[in-house]
Amino acid sequence: MLSLVTADNLVQMFFGWEGVGVASYLLIGFYYRKPSANAAAMKAFIVNRVGDFGFALGIFALFFLADSINFSDIFGAAPQIARMQLEFLGLEFRAVEIVSVLLFIGAMGKSAQLLLHTWLPDAMEGPTPVSALIHAATMVTAGVFLVCRMSPILEFAPDAKSIIVFLGATTAFYAATVGLVQNDIKRVIAYSTCSQLGYMFVAAGSGVYSVAMFHLFTHAFFKALLFLGAGSVIHAMHHEQDMRNYGGLRKKIPYTYWAMMIGTLAITGVGIPLTSIGFAGFLSKDAIIESAYAGATPYAFWLLVLAAAMTSFYSWRLMFMTFFGKPRGDHHTHDHAHESPGVMLVPLGVLSLGAIFAGMLWYAPFFGDEARMQRFFGMPVTVAEHGAEAEAAGHGPVDAVASLAEGDLEHAAEAVIEDTLTEGEHADMGEEAHVPTAVDVAVAPPGMGAIYMAPGNDVIDEAHHAPVWVKVSPFVAMLIGLSLAWLMYIRRPELPAALVRNQRPLYNFLLNKWYFDELYDFLFVRPAQAIGRFLWTRGDGNVIDGGINGVAMGIVPFFTRLAGRAQNGYVFTYAFAMVLGLALILTWMTLAGGAE
Amino acid sequence: MGNLLSLTTFIPLLGAGILALFLRGDDAAAQRNAKWVALATTVFTFAVSLFILAGFKTDAAGFQFVEDRQWLLGMRYKMGVDGISLLFVMLTTFLMPLVIAACWDVTHRVKEYMIAFLVLETLMIGVFVALDLVLFYLFFEAGLIPMFLIIGIWGGKNRIYASFKFFLYTFLGSVLMLVAMVAMFAQAGTTDIPTLMAYNFSAESFPILGVQILGGVQTLLWFAFFASFAVKMPMWPVHTWLPDAHVQAPTAGSVVLAAILLKMGGYGFLRFSLPMFPVASEIWAPLVLWLSAIAIVYTSLVALVQKDIKKLIAYSSVAHMGFVTAGIFALNQQGLDGAVFQMISHGFISGALFLGVGVIYDRMHTREIDAYGGLVNRMPAYAAVFLLFTMANVGLPGTSGFVGEFLTLMGMFQANTWVAAVATTGVIFSAAYALFLYRRVVMGDLIKESLKSITDMTAREKWIFAPLVVMTILLGVYPSLVTDITGPSVARLVDQVEVAVAAHGSENAIASATAATPAQH
Repeated sequence: MLSLVTADNLVQMFFGWEGVGVASYLLIGFYYRKPSANAAAMKAFIVNRVGDFGFALGIFALFFLADSINFSDIFGAAPQIARMQLEFLGLEFRAVEIVSVLLFIGAMGKSAQLLLHTWLPDAMEGPTPVSALIHAATMVTAGVFLVCRMSPILEFAPDAKSIIVFLGATTAFYAATVGLVQNDIKRVIAYSTCSQLGYMFVAAGSGVYSVAMFHLFTHAFFKALLFLGAGSVIHAMHHEQDMRNYGGLRKKIPYTYWAMMIGTLAITGVGIPLTSIGFAGFLSKDAIIESAYAGATPYAFWLLVLAAAMTSFYSWRLMFMTFFGKPRGDHHTHDHAHESPGVMLVPLGVLSLGAIFAGMLWYAPFFGDEARMQRFFGMPVTVAEHGAEAEAAGHGPVDAVASLAEGDLEHAAEAVIEDTLTEGEHADMGEEAHVPTAVDVAVAPPGMGAIYMAPGNDVIDEAHHAPVWVKVSPFVAMLIGLSLAWLMYIRRPELPAALVRNQRPLYNFLLNKWYFDELYDFLFVRPAQAIGRFLWTRGDGNVIDGGINGVAMGIVPFFTRLAGRAQNGYVFTYAFAMVLGLALILTWMTLAGGAE
Repeated sequence: MGNLLSLTTFIPLLGAGILALFLRGDDAAAQRNAKWVALATTVFTFAVSLFILAGFKTDAAGFQFVEDRQWLLGMRYKMGVDGISLLFVMLTTFLMPLVIAACWDVTHRVKEYMIAFLVLETLMIGVFVALDLVLFYLFFEAGLIPMFLIIGIWGGKNRIYASFKFFLYTFLGSVLMLVAMVAMFAQAGTTDIPTLMAYNFSAESFPILGVQILGGVQTLLWFAFFASFAVKMPMWPVHTWLPDAHVQAPTAGSVVLAAILLKMGGYGFLRFSLPMFPVASEIWAPLVLWLSAIAIVYTSLVALVQKDIKKLIAYSSVAHMGFVTAGIFALNQQGLDGAVFQMISHGFISGALFLGVGVIYDRMHTREIDAYGGLVNRMPAYAAVFLLFTMANVGLPGTSGFVGEFLTLMGMFQANTWVAAVATTGVIFSAAYALFLYRRVVMGDLIKESLKSITDMTAREKWIFAPLVVMTILLGVYPSLVTDITGPSVARLVDQVEVAVAAHGSENAIASATAATPAQH
């Protein structure tokens, strides 16, 4: 993962990318005796490979266009690439669009976006700390990171960005709906990860990469917290993972309860509206929703708000089912439920701190304050405004940025380096604050800084000035989700069952994850096997071998028999052949001679 | 040392001669002696070949260590290596001691078995160092005989069928090559390979039976060579001999077959097809690219449903060779570098995989996937080794399998995006079949009664795998080891093809221009 994040070229990144894939394959398959764990590990690897397919093609295309795999070269050439056309699969595309889409396919695989998301919930077969690691820190975030890292390319590809927004929003919505009805405690959290990743992609697709990274960062804290908390619950309950068998655990495992409570408050986005005080998720998620309002489609905005309500519902549902109410299931297990040892609780404490404060502490550099943000990501400070002015003056924006940045380069670089030094502690926090070097400064503007936002990309500014109802909407959605969950699981616990009875098809549809697994099995797995079998027995066996054997054992013996029949020992046959031959020669000679 | 190449080539033959002449009897002692003599010979050969590697100048593109002597009937005995062939020589000498060590438990006709392998080694090295057409053909064809015997005598139940199939398929292709060689001699008046590489065969189109043949003589010759090398690779659709041959061959035979013999086809493309018939290569490259893309997908799908471990690996070999042929006929630096790299790395990986199958076959005497399961419980070391090579086969970064696959795909993308896209799906399929195999054989609970007493790898087996593990990872993290050696030769080859194609193009342009000018008047 570190090699992935610190890579300065695509191949090294791919190296880390695949390495992460293998590591998670091994971790998910840690319980190697469990067939389901093996299947899940395999599925994770293969689905990721589908993503890699896109990523690899993207790398080839970039190499083809920029003749280099180094980020600085590629980003430097981005404005030129933006003007190129690329013929791909027989069709002409704008080169940047196709590259961006291909890279995004890679990101979809790793970050479990819709269509390639099926591995993530199954990956819950692994040990719980593994889930926490994979979901919070590594693996799934790699895709978001990739998209943000390639921001200089993406900025030139509006169509690709809208695809990203569309899929991201749909994933956020889809995963949230599925999360509503799952009963396995880890699966609920898994789908919430899937959903939160959708948020991040919407942010990236809207062009606010800093916000995507912000949510990635805060999400890491509370998601790891929730997973480890869930692990602690499972540990307490003797490896029981079904929430229907939980209930009333608040008293039994108080520390875990409070840790999970903080995680839930963070993920659902509790805070004081219209200020920047609140749990981590409050700040980052609201930032995304505001950005979606400003920079993406209404479709994305409304889906995200809906998803926020559902996030709140399933998170509280999890809390209520686990910690409130009466103990359900095997009472023997409940009697022996016990708090986890300190080694499991200390990480929970640390992560709780992060889940509370991470949002407030880093709000400004990621989203709140434009100037600090530019310094944090090492972007040329005034490029955006200058670019706008130059555009007004009648120059092409790209050229203007190039010429202006050249003049400002020395100055900007100095400022950037100074600021990075003073903000050294941020860099130390494991964020990929990009320390600019001489190399970076030397290349054209899109290569500067960790992320690149094209001139004219004012999504953040617009987001800051979004109407009040937009800013409040996620909070309201959260409250609605909370009260619904409270109503259904505390106040009137018989309601869910009644709802299931009334809405049986919908419930099954959600419970079975929109039947994606069945669909893929039907569409890809079985046909692949059937085709393989067909090609093997018919293609290899009958056609190729059959054909060649047919030649060898049919036609050749036919000629040998023919030759054999000629030598039948009868003198008159030989005599006849001789006469025939003589006649033929004579005819030929006459004809040839006649021609002369 | 002026005759280092001849020395490397013929030391194994010498060893075989010693075995044949001086070793009598078939008791345990004689068998032991035979194995030790063979092992010592191959190790010694490897040691000698290291001198070639040490003395090789990596910055030069031409042939080095050239030996040139008068031979019979005006033909010359000429040998030499360049950046491309050197690696294949090293691959051969490196693998052969491991192959000998892998058949330590054979008890049937040990002396003859060892002789067959030693003779085979001589012939294989000879193919890679020969610089004369006739000499090359001699080594190329004679190599069939020991392999035929190895499969036919020490093979499995259906060995006779497999060995004949192997022999006839590969021989049929070679016959056409022989005809082409005669034609080349008639045209150019020499059988010297470097001279022929510089010789410009006519690419003027001419009609046969009313059909205009693009690329003329070059095309005809190119197809004759293609027939031979395509079968050898093997390319789809003439690959069906390979799975049968692999399944029936003994472990050591499979290793040699997959690791070295298959590479002769690829080497042939690089040594003959591309430099001698550049225009025809350019014209017919799309055909080869598509055949390769089909091969990758087709055989990967077939591999997915195999029930026999060896057959699965054999089909995966065909798929990997698809990357090689596609890389070669992408006709650019990345593709060619990648193709050479892929061949070398496939030598290690497929060799190791077949050895891995051999390890469990020796214990259980079955290759059925269903007969296994849960081996990790009793064989942790084996599980680790097999996992590494499974991943390398899948093309995981950090193993040598990745570099070749990645470079060839990069080359393909520049030649034809459709082919690159289709071939890249092979990356998905390879993960599917390889992990599916691994899961069924190694993972899970150990349920089968027959497996309860299976033992982990012995020290000997571990020592066989150790060098392969080292090479696979070393080449994966430091691919320059290979590309530094191949680089100059490949670059020259690419130049040569481009120059020839450009020259042909301008000739055509002039011809059509002169044809068009009178028409205007």
